Amino acid sequence: MTASLDIAALDEKGGVSLELASSTAPDPSPFVRASGDGEQTLLLNVKGAHCGGCISKIEKGLLAIPGVEVARLNLSTGRLTVRWRDESLNPKSIVEKLTALGFDASAFDPDVALQEQDTEGRFLLRCMAVAGFAAANIMLLSVSIWAGHDGEMGPATRAMLHWISALIAIPAALFAGRPFFRSAFRALKNGHANMDVPISLAVILALGLSIYETLNHGRDAYFDAAVMLLFFLLIGRFLDYRLRGKARASAQKLLSLQATSANRLLSDGSVELVSARLIVPGDRILLQPGDRAPVNGRIVEGGSDIDFSLVTGESAPVFKEAGDHVYAGVLNLSSQLVFEAEATTDDSLIADLTRLIEAGEQGKSRYVKLADKAAALYVPVVHTLALATFLGWFFIGDAGMRTSLMTAVAVLIITCPCALGLAAPAVQIVATGRLFREGILVKSGDALERLAQADAFIFDKTGTLTLGAFRLINGNETPQYMLRKAAMLARASRHPLARAIAEEVGIGPVAKNIAEIPGSGIEGEIEGVKARLGRAEWIGQASDAETTETWFQLGDAPPVRFCFEDVMRNDIEDTIHKFDKVGIETMVLSGDKPAPTRRIAAASGIRNWRAEQSPEDKIENLRRLTAASKNTIMVGDGLNDAPSLAAAHASLSPGSAADASQAAADFVFTGDSLASVHTAYDVSKKARRRMMENFAFAAFYNMCAIPLAVMGFVTPLIAALAMSGSSIIVTLNALRLAGPASEGTDP
Amino acid sequence: MTALLYLIPIALFMGGVGLLAFVWTVRAGQYDDLDGAAQRILSDDDLEEGSERANGPAKTADYQ
Repeated sequence: MTASLDIAALDEKGGVSLELASSTAPDPSPFVRASGDGEQTLLLNVKGAHCGGCISKIEKGLLAIPGVEVARLNLSTGRLTVRWRDESLNPKSIVEKLTALGFDASAFDPDVALQEQDTEGRFLLRCMAVAGFAAANIMLLSVSIWAGHDGEMGPATRAMLHWISALIAIPAALFAGRPFFRSAFRALKNGHANMDVPISLAVILALGLSIYETLNHGRDAYFDAAVMLLFFLLIGRFLDYRLRGKARASAQKLLSLQATSANRLLSDGSVELVSARLIVPGDRILLQPGDRAPVNGRIVEGGSDIDFSLVTGESAPVFKEAGDHVYAGVLNLSSQLVFEAEATTDDSLIADLTRLIEAGEQGKSRYVKLADKAAALYVPVVHTLALATFLGWFFIGDAGMRTSLMTAVAVLIITCPCALGLAAPAVQIVATGRLFREGILVKSGDALERLAQADAFIFDKTGTLTLGAFRLINGNETPQYMLRKAAMLARASRHPLARAIAEEVGIGPVAKNIAEIPGSGIEGEIEGVKARLGRAEWIGQASDAETTETWFQLGDAPPVRFCFEDVMRNDIEDTIHKFDKVGIETMVLSGDKPAPTRRIAAASGIRNWRAEQSPEDKIENLRRLTAASKNTIMVGDGLNDAPSLAAAHASLSPGSAADASQAAADFVFTGDSLASVHTAYDVSKKARRRMMENFAFAAFYNMCAIPLAVMGFVTPLIAALAMSGSSIIVTLNALRLAGPASEGTDP
Repeated sequence: MTALLYLIPIALFMGGVGLLAFVWTVRAGQYDDLDGAAQRILSDDDLEEGSERANGPAKTADYQ
């Protein structure tokens, strides 16, 4: 059977990539959504678009396809929206064009994907804007009132200004306070209190008290304090929401993973393209080379080399034929297969892993963030204090209702967690920004807190400690002309070992009369001489189980042996050494055989290693370490690592990892170096220190301010100064994290 | 004092216009893709191919 040779794709640098292209791009037709007026929309998740040049390349490239009207890429989320009206446009050409441009794209199933607009973020922005507008304008009036306290301002003017402040403050506070009121109401309905309860209480009481004062021509009104409080807290809340946006985007990408299409063979022999969700057990599916199996199943026709790397983590392909099982997600390499589905997508490996990931995420969301711990302590203390102040003044101080209430409200306002609301988000935003500049993507704010608590690191081997790509190691032992001839055969195959040979030699001609024999190798004619490249047994040699190898025979010449090894990442020894210095345990868990695992562990400097681990084994090891009260961090890349990544205390995954693993991990680092793992740990520790400093400062500030408030010395002026001052200090402290990386000097 | 009667409403009105403008930007989706917006200003797509702005001033052998 002849393998088909497609045109090579131009890669991003304009060079010729050795990827065999286009005809293997998935067909997104089942996910096109048509609106009433004939407009078709397709939502795609694009991988690899990180810069401005990518935007214009993608959008211009797609708009060049005749019929496409809208092509808009959202660089922050990676979501591409394409719209057209032309009936004759084949959606597959869109994905083909993207692949030709060098980007991976997967479709979003419109029934499952969330809406495009970010309503919650917009809601917070609007509230923040209104609070900011109100705070600024009321401050305008308040400063004049405070300046006129010494008698220059008459009571009539003061009353008028109070009334104007009231007219601004009341609608603004009711509008901008909605996030807090809703959250406080929900918490109270469930019988417990959260941080939003004292905030809502303070705002409402301050407003009420101020209206009362205004009606009675009083001196002090707290309108500015109420809206300023809302403004600062909304800033913190919005920043926190933005941070969690990355986690939300990953969850979305996980959904798009499952939105695959499949070629279903009908009983009359024709092929039907359907969404993978519609496959039922018993359906016969046609799997072309380059396709991924959409569901678990059994091969009924044909035999082919299959890449199980997504499942087992090992990139050496396995030959499977009729009667063998395939898992959802495995990649078909060499020839066409027909397999019978044995499960639906809901029961497939990817769905199982997604559920495991979600369970892990749920566990992580139960992690009580530092800020929430502070809040739990805070709420009862503050309420008790305010109540005590009121009762104290009323009964002991023998002051009237008015003075007692004013003082109690002053206590509530001054203890209000302005600084607390900013303490954590400010630090987290700065830390994630800094990590982003170093090529590390952080998924959520509390991931930083969790990584800072690390006691032990577990590394996966292939793809994590190594780059997951094979490299020819004995290239200089082979005569150059033999290597070039072998490359002529190698260029025609998708097999990773062949690709390694082809990459070593570079671009060149391809042999004639190519025939790829699944499970054995590839043969063809080079300048009239028959040649073979493949497994040892096929060439007639004894095979060596220890090393990854392939043999090449040109005509009657003695066969040549090529040895490969998995390339290790840079800076591994250095990184492990740094962890050893601070007493952090390290371990390697791999699905591969013992010999290569031992080799890589020794080369890395890691003493503990285990081989032939299944996904369940890895989770078992994780649990064992967690039971010994060690916070374990998982670093992995394969689909089989995804459950461990979700279950670990915190997790990291390289940018080359499977989509599901990237979605499950807390941090994603790009590049070939493992030093990013230590950088992430280092910055997380510093961030945690800043957050503790901020909390300590907020607590200290409250401790100083409370006695003043209880004594009745806190006027609106002092409250406003204190609130803005503490927020600024907390933010400035957070910005200390943005400075250049200092090696061990900055505490 | 009478100045306040018209100055304060003017100040509030200007602030209100600013607020409305901000709400309009939020509704128009300008904050949905901050990274993309930052990069898009750098692209030259809207310049015509042969114009001076795209290619720089024409080179002349003018060495006086």
